[in-house]
Amino acid sequence: MTIELGHFALVLAFAIAAISAVVGLAFWRREAVAGYLQQAAVLQFVLVAAAFVALIQAFVTSDFSLKLAFEHAHSTQPLIYKITAVWGNHEGSMVLWVLILVIMGAAVAAFGRNLPKDLMALVLAMQSLLAAAFIGFTIFTSNPFLRLSPAPFEGKDLNPILQDIGLAIHPPLLYLGYVGFSVCFSFAMAALISGRIDAAWARWVRPWTLVSWCFLTLGIAMGSYWAYYELGWGGWWFWDPVENASFMPWLAGTALLHSALVMEKRNALKIWTIFLAIITFSLSLLGTFMVRSGILTSVHTFAADPTRGMVILALLAAFIGGAFSLFAFRASSLRAGGLFAPISREGALILNNLFLMAALAAVLVGTLYPLLLDALIGETISVGAPFFNLTFGAIMAPLLIILPFGPFLAWKRGDLIAVTQRLAGAAGLALFAAVLCFALTGASVSLAPLGLLLGFWVSFGALAELVDRARFFRTDVVTSLKRLFGLPRTAWATALAHLGLGLSVIGIVAASAWQNELITIMTPGQGVVISDHQVTFEGMQHVEGPNFVSDTGTFSIRAPGGGVRTALAERRIYVASGQPTTEAAIETYGFSQLYLQLGEPTPDGKTVVRLWYKPYVTLIWLGCLIMAGAGFLSLSYRRLRVGAPQPAAARAAAE
Amino acid sequence: MRALLAIVMLVLLSVPALAVRPDEMLADPTLEARARAISTELRCLVCQNQSIDESDADLARDLRVLVRERLVAGDTDDQVRAFLVARYGEYVLLNPVVAPHTILLWVAAPVVLLIGGIVVWIGARRKRHAEPEPALTEEQKRALDELK
Repeated sequence: MTIELGHFALVLAFAIAAISAVVGLAFWRREAVAGYLQQAAVLQFVLVAAAFVALIQAFVTSDFSLKLAFEHAHSTQPLIYKITAVWGNHEGSMVLWVLILVIMGAAVAAFGRNLPKDLMALVLAMQSLLAAAFIGFTIFTSNPFLRLSPAPFEGKDLNPILQDIGLAIHPPLLYLGYVGFSVCFSFAMAALISGRIDAAWARWVRPWTLVSWCFLTLGIAMGSYWAYYELGWGGWWFWDPVENASFMPWLAGTALLHSALVMEKRNALKIWTIFLAIITFSLSLLGTFMVRSGILTSVHTFAADPTRGMVILALLAAFIGGAFSLFAFRASSLRAGGLFAPISREGALILNNLFLMAALAAVLVGTLYPLLLDALIGETISVGAPFFNLTFGAIMAPLLIILPFGPFLAWKRGDLIAVTQRLAGAAGLALFAAVLCFALTGASVSLAPLGLLLGFWVSFGALAELVDRARFFRTDVVTSLKRLFGLPRTAWATALAHLGLGLSVIGIVAASAWQNELITIMTPGQGVVISDHQVTFEGMQHVEGPNFVSDTGTFSIRAPGGGVRTALAERRIYVASGQPTTEAAIETYGFSQLYLQLGEPTPDGKTVVRLWYKPYVTLIWLGCLIMAGAGFLSLSYRRLRVGAPQPAAARAAAE
Repeated sequence: MRALLAIVMLVLLSVPALAVRPDEMLADPTLEARARAISTELRCLVCQNQSIDESDADLARDLRVLVRERLVAGDTDDQVRAFLVARYGEYVLLNPVVAPHTILLWVAAPVVLLIGGIVVWIGARRKRHAEPEPALTEEQKRALDELK
């Protein structure tokens, strides 16, 4: 019964979204419309949430009369995986996608109280149009509410690789980021339709860009760490098309974040910012298309159905094509704003956008080129990690070099020589740190020391901005400290976000260049040494889990500083599907990790063991966490919050 | 194509990711290092976006052994790659060759950078000669202040 109620709720949400879109686009100039659309947006959220809860209920109670539950769940699965199994498949993940879409619509309705009525109506109409399209797609091509009769006795189990806490966290975070950019898209459409774009517009859009960007950053980092520990060979980024699909909106979103800043502060780059808002969400849609249509064959794709592919391609063409047509018609009517010299904060932010766009082009072309080449001339080529590392790296390097200059430059007209002087300390420290690492590790001839130098340069450059603004070394320490903690949160957010990026770069370079690897055959009692860690194979046990059996290897690890830890690495077979997986043992020492994977048994009763020592590898994700944290910090800054209560004085003045 | 996809899925789903095995490795560390470097740039043809160095599929193992055989026989890195391309086609190379049919792939990003750079440069030059215009009108400033 709940299944049918859920189905009904989703159909109702579709109808309400469709009506909202039509009414909103037709009558947005009327005062009363915004109010109706706000209520409709909340209603859409409640209905889709009800549909989602109905699915969860069926999965949790192992109701295998629901086809989706039969195909992707098993009664012995732990509760958490029964819940996550809801979105561990095509239909369910589409429901999650639209749920987040309507959450965003409801959030605009709830938090955008100080938006002008006509802008509110247009934004909600666009959100409803998106919701109608994608709820429609879900209902008509990927209905999650189909029943089976007679109901099977047992389900087929969720893909064991997905039976992980990662599935509980990664897709919701990623979708919050992906789909969050729909709000920026709707705002851009609203601006183009109403023809009114100004600095206030940029300020309204900023929190939505920020919040989406933060979640996308977290989602990508989480996905990367999940792949790192689950797939079993310690890779953390594969330039897999599906990873690229989430990375491209991130690059565009990062550019948008920076260009919106120029628009808000200086009323410049308006057309470009609108363009970026469209591009960013278009890339989210492209990502959804690539993953959901099954056009790519990659680890993440669980669906391959051409009908769905064609429908979603049509939706993609309609939204992106429509948006760019509107842009082409209306962009010329927008006037360019504030003037600035090439050497200025604005100039630096334009360079940031330029390099991010080029990096985006490298990823986009690299991802789509093999598909297009195959479709057009029938040649099959592969574009893999070596291509991306080279092209993407070559474009990011200059961006990292100029990055620390940006926050130091003044708006309108900056003084490059003065800024260089103020950054000299940071440059010196970075050089010193890089040379020190180079000397201590004994060097291989490669680009690694240069990469490390870049990482240190960005990190120290970010800190230098805080030091400089607090006037350390130019006044007494107490005053400086007071100034430091009195700095606006946006200054902290900028510095921390850039610091996070620098740390990620350091982690990437260190873990790639100085990783140690040992592949060996071990018998119980035998020991090996990797990067000064003494690893002893204690023995194997046969363990029965809730829905799998496992060969568990016990290892004791003696770190160079003393202290012995026990680590467990597993080879599992999932009972329902008979599918094997490996669970690596990962021990963290400081920022570095020892990664231990149990290989296959040899005919003479021994076991293949693969060990990696990955120095400073955790900095990669820690840097991302700091970046996202900086975004949330900036978001908490009162002046930027849409709907924040106005100070009493301002309100009195306004009345 | 559909059948191939099904096989690909089947192969991928039926093996956990376990890569290079000790018994494959060469005794000569220089040759082994070269073999590893080449392996990371060769695609495991039945896997999804994995190099033969990372994959545990039987084919990947065969290719790893093949690469090592060629190296022991005295091939250069390029000769090994050429041998594999002759046998499996360009699809085996994760790092695409620079050739007429891939030239767009390689130049796309630099061209975007170049064109973008030119547009920015022209824009900067034109702005210098343009009439100065207030960044924000008084009305806009007031509206912004109300938002604070």
